[in-house]
Amino acid sequence: MNKQPWKIIVAAILLSTGLNSAQAADPIKIGSFLTVTGPASFLGDPELKTLQLYVESINAGGGINGRPVELIHYDTGGKAQDAVGFVKRLIKNDNVDLIVGGTTSGDTLAAIPEVEKEGIPLVSLAGAVDIVEPVKKWVFKVAHSDRMAAAKIFEDLRKRKLTKVALITGDGGFDKSGREQLLKLAPEYGITIVADESYGNKDTDITAQLTKIRATDAQAIINFGFGQTPAIVTKNIKQLGIKLPVYQSHGVASKTFIDLAGDAAEGVRLPAAALVVAEQLPDSDPQKPVLLAYKKQYEAKYGPVSTFGGHAYDGLFIAVEAVKRAGGTDKAKVRDQIEKTKGFIGASGVFNMTPEDHMGLNLDAFKMVEIHNGGWKIVE
Amino acid sequence: MFEQIIQFLATGITVGSTYALVGLGFALIYNASDVVNFAQGEFVMLGAMLAIALLTAGWPLPLAAIAATLLTVLAGLLLERFAIEPSAGAPVVSTIIITIGAAIFLRGVALLLWGKDFHSLPPFSGDAPLRLGGATLLPQSLWVLGMTVLLVGLVHGFLNRTLLGKALLACSFNRAAAQLVGINVKVMLRLAYGLSAGLGALAGILIAPITFSSYEAGIMLGLKGFSAAIVGGIGNPMGAVAGGLLLGVLESLSAGLISSGYKDAIAFLFVLMVLFLRPTGLFGHQVAERV
Amino acid sequence: MRLTGFYALALVAGLLPVLFPGNYFITVVGIAAGLNVILAVGLNLLIGYAGQISLGHAAFFGMGAYASAILTTRYAFPPLLALSAGLISAGLMAWGLARPILRLHGHYLAMATLGFGIIIHVIMVQATGWTGGPDGLTGIPLLVLFGWAVDSDQRWYFVIMATMLLAVWLALNLVDSRIGRALRAVRGSEFGARMMGIDTARAKTQVFVVSALFAAFAGSLFAHQQGFVSPDSFNLSISIDLVIMVVLGGMASTFGAAFGAIALTLLHEGLVVFEDYEMLIHGALLMAVMIFLPQGLFVGLSQGARRGWTLVCRRQ
Repeated sequence: MNKQPWKIIVAAILLSTGLNSAQAADPIKIGSFLTVTGPASFLGDPELKTLQLYVESINAGGGINGRPVELIHYDTGGKAQDAVGFVKRLIKNDNVDLIVGGTTSGDTLAAIPEVEKEGIPLVSLAGAVDIVEPVKKWVFKVAHSDRMAAAKIFEDLRKRKLTKVALITGDGGFDKSGREQLLKLAPEYGITIVADESYGNKDTDITAQLTKIRATDAQAIINFGFGQTPAIVTKNIKQLGIKLPVYQSHGVASKTFIDLAGDAAEGVRLPAAALVVAEQLPDSDPQKPVLLAYKKQYEAKYGPVSTFGGHAYDGLFIAVEAVKRAGGTDKAKVRDQIEKTKGFIGASGVFNMTPEDHMGLNLDAFKMVEIHNGGWKIVE
Repeated sequence: MFEQIIQFLATGITVGSTYALVGLGFALIYNASDVVNFAQGEFVMLGAMLAIALLTAGWPLPLAAIAATLLTVLAGLLLERFAIEPSAGAPVVSTIIITIGAAIFLRGVALLLWGKDFHSLPPFSGDAPLRLGGATLLPQSLWVLGMTVLLVGLVHGFLNRTLLGKALLACSFNRAAAQLVGINVKVMLRLAYGLSAGLGALAGILIAPITFSSYEAGIMLGLKGFSAAIVGGIGNPMGAVAGGLLLGVLESLSAGLISSGYKDAIAFLFVLMVLFLRPTGLFGHQVAERV
Repeated sequence: MRLTGFYALALVAGLLPVLFPGNYFITVVGIAAGLNVILAVGLNLLIGYAGQISLGHAAFFGMGAYASAILTTRYAFPPLLALSAGLISAGLMAWGLARPILRLHGHYLAMATLGFGIIIHVIMVQATGWTGGPDGLTGIPLLVLFGWAVDSDQRWYFVIMATMLLAVWLALNLVDSRIGRALRAVRGSEFGARMMGIDTARAKTQVFVVSALFAAFAGSLFAHQQGFVSPDSFNLSISIDLVIMVVLGGMASTFGAAFGAIALTLLHEGLVVFEDYEMLIHGALLMAVMIFLPQGLFVGLSQGARRGWTLVCRRQ
């Protein structure tokens, strides 16, 4: 019948990709799947730029052990289903040696079964503790956990002697998983959750939920989320004349948040990576030179840094160092070397991984910062 | 409790009037062409993003707003000329796909022009909240409400008082008959698209200081505007306005009184119930099927 | 003769992995395309033949997937039993919904189905205790068919292709049956069909249930194949993609729907290389196809090919 045309098209596509994958395996191939478009794009975009920037500079410096590095990247748009497809494509079609990526926890969690099945090292840039707890053989992560953020916020509340808090979170994976950690940790810090509200991550007005919170006896408000909605929440809090201390998560540790929320952001506290306050760190801080160097190199090409780009820096270099120590790209050896990462000074903190801890950061990696005059100020 | 409900209502009406403006655009285009334009939300986004871009380029706000609206009108006319006109007479699903394609295309353009970041517009008259009874409102919300009343009034007057407006309405009742009495249907189509795009752009500019904007901001607004137009009875401009306000108040009340997580589900359940009881919306005409 | 196209499809599906062994595009993209074909062929019965529109079909796909995911991980159901439960719940849901919802016409029907899809999606996100919330459920066990574990992409390819062929075959037969003829009458003129003595409400309900069953079946397979489900796979944009597949390929043609599903899957896979330009190109292509080939790619291209062929013949 009349099906020739499409058969030829399909065959042509298949042939051309078949040829691609047959090329020499000489360069070290680093695969990546990030959320460069979609609601979490402000996380994935600086991550991709960081990867591209440093892969370029590694190659300019002669590569790793004399081999050039090739970065193969796919944009998941924040769709977990696409993440699985792209991870398969990276492993089976592009034959990558290791994978750095998964901007969001959803993408990473979706990809884990495939990664574990195929046995390839994955360094995730996402936050949820579930990624490395329980420990999975091939999976590591370099971003601060939502549990760390929750603990850091509660520590600060304890210092200020505030015990009753209202939660307000979005309907995304980051928000929900942060909310879970907050609810779980609250009793340990003697904190009572007096309100637990939620909103849609595309909502444009949160005053109804905040009006309910205003009617409670909460002493502080914690908003765990990322994207533009936390900025709307912050503005709505001011609009309703609520004078309580406001805590945000590390998800909004970027200049964009301050720009969007404007005056309402003044006095908001959040746990953030040291990168946002690099200049204010004491010179004795081992991270300071690393942070300033990253900042300089990134800003020379792309404009203001974000802490999320810092995760990509950490992920890439933990992987690269492991490949160097392993003396090649044997997947099992590289995995073992990543697990042996000790004292690696990165943008998000100092990493000490162990077979039981595939993240290797402690609470010191977070600084409690307050937004002050449109900038960040360390408050501890 | 009473104070809370006043706040919920104030919030609902503000949000609802943005839905109403978007819904009005849906209704106008549907009236003139029987097409539901799924790119209506993208007109809203385009208006906001263009105004922000022009403002950043140093234009004064009123000028930036006018220019952004005119540019969006141009986009609406181009869409009509190059995508809708050539496909006249195509089945409903085909036109849905064409306008969805247009929406994706416009999003792609915005992505290339302005990147993925959220942008905001400074509020027109400051940030200091106003107290009204038990509720607090932003001055910008008053702008949204006031302009919605004004625009809806203008559209209503235009459709019912002017010859051009009556001609546009005539097209919606019976296109062939309108053609026969000497109305240039093609011009009317362009008028409807230009008007809808302009209304969308103005809505976008008005709400940008409250809700911010990004290349994807049109998806949600388009969806809510479509729902507003359907609940009101598609093709009935004032029905769309009522539908939008109803939807906004309903969302805010269910977020405040029932469950903030399920508020969208509750709003859509309400839409379904309306349709099950009145299959052509609250204020839609009951049409007999032609055999 | 009626089944020539079917045999051709079966031949291609069977030959591809033999011609290109171990190729990523065959197995992984083939699985995705196969699932989309099942969904599109099912939805085409509703859109193409019965002339009804659904912008919420991903909900049925999701119900199948979540039934398998929840029942196998939380209640240790065997996969096939969970699959049947998914079919039954999606079928019942469609049956219950059919009468009130299919009374609506055109854009009102589009709105109602869209609203239904969103409600189901909100439940997937919010009912964390059951569904795992926005991050979904992981650890869905392997599908084991009579002692044969489907544990590799190759095996999945064969399972999905076999199911796909079954779906196409069923659809072809359904279309040519009494129900199929009744449906086409409904599409032409519902009033006219009723005058001819066709129980139109019954015919529409039947086809709605059948297309929901196709979707739920695909959903169950999808859950086992991915080992993971999350609400993102069943949102509004997926519903819209499914409609696009049906319309893009050519309505009221089972092969058209199948072709549209394959084309859109390949398009998504192919456009990723354009990165920031992906959206622009995607939108422009959709518009162009619908404007220049209003009957869909399949019909448009095959007519073009036929015309070209006659031209060549005449020259000789």
